[in-house]
Amino acid sequence: MRVMVMVKATKDSEAGIMPSTELLEAMGKYNEELVNAGVMLAGDGLHPSAKGKRVAFDGPGRTVIDGPFAETRELVAGFWIWEVKDMAEAVEWVKRCPNPMLGPSEIEIRPLFEAADFGEALTPDVAELHDRTRERLADR
Amino acid sequence: MAASETHQAIETVFRIERARLIAGLAQMVRDVGQAEELAQDALVIALSEWPKTGVPKNPGAWLMAAAKRRAIDGFRRNKMLARKHAEIGRDLEDEVGVENIEATMDDDIGDELLSLMFTACHPVLSTEARVALTLRLIGGLTTDEIARAFLSNEATIAQRIVRAKRTLGASGLAFEIPRAQARTARLASVLEVIFLIFNEGYFATAGEDLIRPALCAEAQRLGRILVRLAPDEPEVFGLLALMEIQASRLGARTAPDGAPVPLTEQNRARWDQLLIRRGLVALERAEGLGGADGPYALQAALAACHARAHRVEDTDWTRMAALYDRLSQVMPSPVVDLNRAVAYSMAFGPEAGLALVDEIAEAAALRNYAPLPAAKGDFLFRAGRLAEAREQFERAAGFSRNAREKEFLLGRAAACGG
Repeated sequence: MRVMVMVKATKDSEAGIMPSTELLEAMGKYNEELVNAGVMLAGDGLHPSAKGKRVAFDGPGRTVIDGPFAETRELVAGFWIWEVKDMAEAVEWVKRCPNPMLGPSEIEIRPLFEAADFGEALTPDVAELHDRTRERLADR
Repeated sequence: MAASETHQAIETVFRIERARLIAGLAQMVRDVGQAEELAQDALVIALSEWPKTGVPKNPGAWLMAAAKRRAIDGFRRNKMLARKHAEIGRDLEDEVGVENIEATMDDDIGDELLSLMFTACHPVLSTEARVALTLRLIGGLTTDEIARAFLSNEATIAQRIVRAKRTLGASGLAFEIPRAQARTARLASVLEVIFLIFNEGYFATAGEDLIRPALCAEAQRLGRILVRLAPDEPEVFGLLALMEIQASRLGARTAPDGAPVPLTEQNRARWDQLLIRRGLVALERAEGLGGADGPYALQAALAACHARAHRVEDTDWTRMAALYDRLSQVMPSPVVDLNRAVAYSMAFGPEAGLALVDEIAEAAALRNYAPLPAAKGDFLFRAGRLAEAREQFERAAGFSRNAREKEFLLGRAAACGG
């Protein structure tokens, strides 16, 4: 299964305080372990929300909101995409992560939807496409 | 934390560490069966200790130390101590401290794990045994899971693994990473085993036991680990690239009713772009290491031609034709020749395809092989030779053992008119 692992923002990360050399080193080593184990598929750190933007939707309306955003604990400061056997394995790998922030911090793990999770939702669409291409091939 | 939760956490830690643990222990006791048992002993000790003490900071090193202590105890208990064992025992006692193990583990562990892969895929074993042993020792699958994955039964698989371990034990292997020429051949065996595991999952049909499709993920994981262990080997990257790109289509190649959707008809929006990107990066590595003409790299490059085309019409068939030219040199096979003919027909027109397909029409391996007359029928149809096309489609339908495919081919025959 695939999971997204999100490092939650803190006051420091939102203030743009960069991690120390020690932390960068520890993180580098940790990332290497993830890659060696075949777990890590992708990952990156994010700039503070001050550099971000939001687009708010309301019916046909679109409003652009500039960062920074207030609810620090709900913001994401970095992420990985991992391939693991189950959530227990993801939790165990997260426990091994060095504390990504200077003070207390949180990392959140969320499983990604997989095709099977959509069940019937995708079917009419795909079936139609399937038929359409068949017809086209037969015409050729 | 409830006791059962602690147990689950410990078992998860063990699962993560297991392959490296067995690899290190196999190096020491020179026997994979015994190494596996010692690792299991370490788990039992952890299950009794960790609920009291908590999970140690470096659980891998802790488990290794526990297993090594158990190994020494075993050597001591044995009254018939062979001289060799006594020596190993003394060596071990010197280094059994967790700190020592922690310090040396990171350096050696890669080589040890690579050595274990080479051992599990050793040519003294049958292909089935190599696959089973690799999944058991490195993948950490249970015998029951392996049995379900290969549509076999547990007793057969268990016996296969026991026999494989015995064969390895009797052959007196050195548990070393082969060098020079031997390395190339042995590495080819490791790659073959991983690709077999991948294909077993890839060709599992919808609705089957989920463990079968999961084999793809397992093979990809093994490939990702292997590129880290053998970073100078282009074909390792070639295989990884091939698997990542093939797997990117897993979600798109089955219709809701379970019918396979041919590549050219797949909804490309459902191809997994993350895997495609990873595959392309791995392919670039393979080519950068001078391995552009390796059989896996060439197959990956072909898969990449499809992956790069956002629409079927964008497919670079000329490039594919050139890649098939090279593939048919390094990996001659009538199936490759047939695919080459298809690529030629798409790149240079149906007549080019017909010229090539006639050359292979008599290959014994492709007699009664539906895709051959189906391809020929398609070339003839596109060349406007409808009566001959119809004949080929009907012939193909006659060979096909798949009801849906047969129906499709008969439909194409009918479209040729009477």
